[in-house]
Amino acid sequence: MNLLARYAECIFWMARYMERAENLARILDVQETFVRDERGGTNWLSVVQLYADEEAFFKRHAFASAETVVSYYVLDATNPNSIVSMIRAARENARTLRPWISTEMWSQINVFYNHLLALTPRDVAMPHLSRVCRTIKEACQTHTGITEGTFYRDQGWYFYQMGKAIERADQTTRLLDIKYHTLLPSTDDLGSSLDMQQWCTVLRAAAGYHAFRRVYPRGMTPTTVAGFILFNEGFPRSVVMCVRQIDGLLTRLKSRYTLRQGSEAMEKVDELLAALLSRPIEAVIADGLHEYLDWVQRQLIGITAEIGHAFFGQEPAPLAQVEVQ
Amino acid sequence: MNGATAPRAGARDLLASYDAGIFYDELFGNADKPAGHTRLIRERLSQLDFEDLQRRATDAEKELYNLGITFLIYAAQGAEDRILPFDVIPRVISAREWAHLEAGIKQRVATLNLFLHDIYHDQKIIKDGVIPAELVLGNANFRPQMVGLDVPFDTYIHIMGVDLVRDREGTFRVLEDNGRVPSGVSYVVENRHMMQRVFPDLMRDIGIRPVDNYGHKLLEAMSEIAPVAAGDPEVALLSPGSYNSAYFEHIFLAREMGVPLVEGRDLVVENHRVYMKTTDGLAPVHSIYRRIGDDFLDPTAFNPDSLLGVPGILEAYRRGNVALANAIGTGVADDKAVYAYVPRMIKYYLDQDALIPNVDTRICREHDALTYTLDNLDKLVVKPVGEAGGYGITIGPRASKAELDDCRAKLLADPANYISQPVVDLSVCPTVTPDGIEPRHVDLRPFAVTGSKTWVLPGGLSRVALQKGTLIVNSSQGGGSKDTWVLENGDAA
Repeated sequence: MNLLARYAECIFWMARYMERAENLARILDVQETFVRDERGGTNWLSVVQLYADEEAFFKRHAFASAETVVSYYVLDATNPNSIVSMIRAARENARTLRPWISTEMWSQINVFYNHLLALTPRDVAMPHLSRVCRTIKEACQTHTGITEGTFYRDQGWYFYQMGKAIERADQTTRLLDIKYHTLLPSTDDLGSSLDMQQWCTVLRAAAGYHAFRRVYPRGMTPTTVAGFILFNEGFPRSVVMCVRQIDGLLTRLKSRYTLRQGSEAMEKVDELLAALLSRPIEAVIADGLHEYLDWVQRQLIGITAEIGHAFFGQEPAPLAQVEVQ
Repeated sequence: MNGATAPRAGARDLLASYDAGIFYDELFGNADKPAGHTRLIRERLSQLDFEDLQRRATDAEKELYNLGITFLIYAAQGAEDRILPFDVIPRVISAREWAHLEAGIKQRVATLNLFLHDIYHDQKIIKDGVIPAELVLGNANFRPQMVGLDVPFDTYIHIMGVDLVRDREGTFRVLEDNGRVPSGVSYVVENRHMMQRVFPDLMRDIGIRPVDNYGHKLLEAMSEIAPVAAGDPEVALLSPGSYNSAYFEHIFLAREMGVPLVEGRDLVVENHRVYMKTTDGLAPVHSIYRRIGDDFLDPTAFNPDSLLGVPGILEAYRRGNVALANAIGTGVADDKAVYAYVPRMIKYYLDQDALIPNVDTRICREHDALTYTLDNLDKLVVKPVGEAGGYGITIGPRASKAELDDCRAKLLADPANYISQPVVDLSVCPTVTPDGIEPRHVDLRPFAVTGSKTWVLPGGLSRVALQKGTLIVNSSQGGGSKDTWVLENGDAA
């Protein structure tokens, strides 16, 4: 059966928004324990920096405190990057898709959104924040599970998974980047207990601590953690795994449904994958992890544009800038 | 209480103090026509506990909300999803009553289709002086583009909703025809599903005619009217989009038929053929159930400002490359002024009397009718025929002297612009209210689907005016709905 281009786009973005909301909940959840300096204070500004929201944020709030950051990123409907805005966007897409998705998928997103709307600032204040984040994370995972169990396997399913994988890759780079924004450790701090505690928390936020320990039973260095999160072939949130997934999905989508378009998107995915596999983590860190993550994010944006052009009927992506990582 | 049909006395008789007053009651009937077919249902209802009933009603409404069986209301804070309030006490129609209604609806659909074919071809009914030419040709919904065009099976109104009311004597009458884009059928099916979940005990062994094959029947009709050359036709539902108040219904119908729900921006016309934009480029579409009005369908032919439509679709339609349901230009048949002539049309085209009478309607352009209307102004409802949505209506019994004088002056100045009708005492049905079970007024909108032949969905949408005393059943004004049961047999006992 044919899939409307507009539906394919809505499916892709519904998946992305749900994945993005889950990751933001993960980041807020670990923030409290995560970003402490030597004096034990929490640097909430790092979340704002992570999403490059400084300008919009400081229009609304004078200081980046726990209270202002949490309210800005959970409940603030005027912030397009807040959880409530993302779930609203996911729900709007789901609403458009109701003829296509299962009733259970729609109903769960609808109930989830109405639940978020009913939250008050008091509900998300500090002693409850972790619980709220867990609830949000679990609601997103429930969505994933319902989708896996009820979504009819046709073209739509491929666009759903591609959206999810691209968003997850992007979010993983941001999570890793939080270290960069949090503190730029002085050389003295490198490998200090504080530094390592923060790396540990990055792993926990990505639900990767135990997996990491399985691969590296002893010791933990910034290099091994960053390498694991970026390149591990078995960790579901690693960038390499996500990009491999995008690659496989695109190939199968095109061949199974004999779609004529999409070659440029495939080329871009192949290039990214080749680049990811070509450099050891030591070299990446030596040249600057933050710049590398930034580059990966731009490649993902480029892939999204090519997919939009090939399948969603969007205008062609502007000629890719020649960029060397 | 209607004495003859009082429920069995019991310790917890929920219906013991129920009193329908002067109105015909859908569950009890009246003294002359007791509703024998509802005996078992009444017995079961009367044994229910009121708190339990309320709890189940609350659960049902919550479920409707969570499932998103809602319509959009534009309020001060922006768009808001509302459910159509659902009353759990069903409205029950006997097999015999239904057989009569079904025949009457088929008769009406057949007549209006004959009328549309006639006015877009030979216009015999005008030439024979049965209906004034200006009512038809001067009607804003008469579409000159349709003149001389043949449509499959001569069917123009593929989906029809007939608004019925029941008067104090218990006689069903037609209040209005809906031959453009009638809505509400999704609630018929969803209400049934809800009842099956919430009240399996009430429904057990009653023998209720199913309603869930509506989508199948609709798809069948949509496929029948598709261009023959299409072979295995691609059907689509054209919606104005997710911000339309009836979007849930569009979703429902697309899902039930298993066809894509498209918007104008998803369609494109090339070489007078209609295509939809898919992930693999353009794919042909042959038959479209369009839920947007004529005016918005094709900006190159009708309203040029419409962003909802598809440029060029009219010409594709005229060339027979795509089927549209309903056909373009059906609005002239469900017009208020034309409505008054339907009983005469039935006589003219079929040589039959109307099986379901109209509400007594006087056409004030006719001398006797005008005289009667002027003599009884304080008892009648006077409606201008050109207006929609209840504008300019004078309700005699509630009007002041000044309003009546004003109405009289307008009638005398332009009698052709008015019809008059008596105030109908709508029937009532027991309904759950915060104060217990009370009578509330109801109407009924059955739905008929016509491709090569007409099929009527058993039952229809029963709308209920939830506020005490009010006759207004519209969803935008506090109306709700009920499940409508058409019984398999004459008596459910």
